[in-house]
Amino acid sequence: MEALVAIVIAVLVSCGVYLLLRARTFPVILGLTLISYAVNLFIFVMGRLRSGAPAVIGSSETYADPIPQALVLTAIVIGFAMTAFLLVLSLRARAELGNDHVDGGAAIGEKPSKPVRPLEEDEV
Amino acid sequence: MNHAILLPIILPLVTAILLILLSGRRRIIRTISLLSTIALVAVSIVLLMQANDGQIRLYAPGNWAPPFGIILVLDRLSAMMLAVTAVLAFFSIAYAVRGHDAPGDRLHGMVHFLLVGLNGAFLTGDLFNLFVFFEILLISSYGLLLHGRGVERARSGLHYVIVNLIGSALFLLGVSALYGITGSLNMADLGDKMSKLDPADAPLAATAGILLLVVFGLKAAMAPFYFWLPRAYAAASAPVAAMFAIMTKVGVYAIIRVYTQIFGDNAGELANFAWFWLWPIALVTLVMGLLGALSARELRVQIAYLVIVSVGTLLAGIALNREAGLAASLYYLVHSTLICGAMFLLADLILRQRGELLDHIAEGPRLRQSALLGTLFFIGAMAIAGLPPFSGFIGKLLLLSAAGANDDTLVLWLIVLGGSLITLIALSRSGSMFFWQTTDQIESAPAADKGALLAVVGLLCCVGAVTVAASPVLEYTQAVARQLLEPGAYFQAMQQFRVR
Repeated sequence: MEALVAIVIAVLVSCGVYLLLRARTFPVILGLTLISYAVNLFIFVMGRLRSGAPAVIGSSETYADPIPQALVLTAIVIGFAMTAFLLVLSLRARAELGNDHVDGGAAIGEKPSKPVRPLEEDEV
Repeated sequence: MNHAILLPIILPLVTAILLILLSGRRRIIRTISLLSTIALVAVSIVLLMQANDGQIRLYAPGNWAPPFGIILVLDRLSAMMLAVTAVLAFFSIAYAVRGHDAPGDRLHGMVHFLLVGLNGAFLTGDLFNLFVFFEILLISSYGLLLHGRGVERARSGLHYVIVNLIGSALFLLGVSALYGITGSLNMADLGDKMSKLDPADAPLAATAGILLLVVFGLKAAMAPFYFWLPRAYAAASAPVAAMFAIMTKVGVYAIIRVYTQIFGDNAGELANFAWFWLWPIALVTLVMGLLGALSARELRVQIAYLVIVSVGTLLAGIALNREAGLAASLYYLVHSTLICGAMFLLADLILRQRGELLDHIAEGPRLRQSALLGTLFFIGAMAIAGLPPFSGFIGKLLLLSAAGANDDTLVLWLIVLGGSLITLIALSRSGSMFFWQTTDQIESAPAADKGALLAVVGLLCCVGAVTVAASPVLEYTQAVARQLLEPGAYFQAMQQFRVR
């Protein structure tokens, strides 16, 4: 079972890395999602794989380590929030930059971007 | 238990929630925000004085005895970082409340959430908890960076967020691998477990250690992970950029903490393995930062590259792995955080008087307050380049004397001394463009706000204070270094710790 889980994690990570290296924001977000799935699995596996062992002492002969399960929950929540944020951000970037390239479609030889002007107090 | 340890986390948290609830009432928000940072400065000074007795104070928020529950740790290093953060936050907010928090008033709430993350990261004694606080400070920094409009903000924000999400994934891998090997997340306990590590597990633990080094390096903007930094910092609004001066130092802090506590002298086979990698990386970071500062087209980008230079200098001192090197680095950390913050604020004051040119380094109209801003810029440039009589000079001097003169450190001498010269050349290029090589017409910009000017002057005065009080500050950083290089004391404090 360990080998199978390891292979699953490896496949997820390699697909994730492949997608991360794409130039468009949507595949990048998918890649990050795949990597975070792989990471969550990895954390879970770090508590060792056992079947029929609940994470409660006394309910059965053996029990599973509850800490990685708690860590996975935290990681899932944080990963979910961050992905949601990134989705909204990439939509905003798509609207402001006019394309979904991760570099904002800056072509080689394009004029360098202008410095950002600070907003005045009453500007909305 | 000493409940004051919790205050640096609770205070900004309550403030942040309050500020979000008060959304729309700008005056009240600004007042509360400023008052809260003043209180934070007071709290951190009290904690600094407490920590100065050398005792390591622990606090168990869940009342679980360590190593099982999460603990907060107040030692000399965390107290020092808290104090630097609070001072920087005060001046950033003082600058922001003078009408530089546009648009809207959301900036204050997010800055206080950022402070929750920063202070939590400095206080926690638990590796997974460090991850959680990192995420808190990161998500607030995403919000702060993207605050306000601008194509460049969306572009650099996208890079910043994606890079940091990858970093978070690696952080989780490293932490959980360490947990899988040792069955602990408490840093002191991990350090103890490392000394009794089965040699068969050593390669796996080393892998986890290197993963963590990559993550912290990403936060600290060390080579080759710094490419996100210059554009992001240049695009952020001035108070945010000044606040971000401490963000790279969080990475440096985590490197110091993890690699002295967990992979320190007692770590058996893995003792001090990180320094071997850190030394060349630090030197490369220094060189790349200097090249960037020379080639920057805008003042804010130039200062952002000088942040990278300061990170390289810090890491070089840490990688020496000697008490003197660590003490020098920590002294330099205080100096560089304050001066980088001051320079970002000053750059904002300058670019507001240059019309459409902003901080583009090119010939332009004369500044309305050319003499005043020019003087401040001159002082700031001297300090950041490390010229006497300023604290940067003392920091670099200490670093070089800690390195000693032998073949290994020769290259450090060359880079640090040459680096001061290059920094000076880069800043005199931009300074002479802004203040001397100007057309006759004066831009009809309003004069700089007095309160905002005071914030910049105040930060510069803090740099001055670090210079004048170099001896006590240095004594303190030496004590920090001694405490760090004796991780046993921390472990002992944890074992004697009893929850009520």
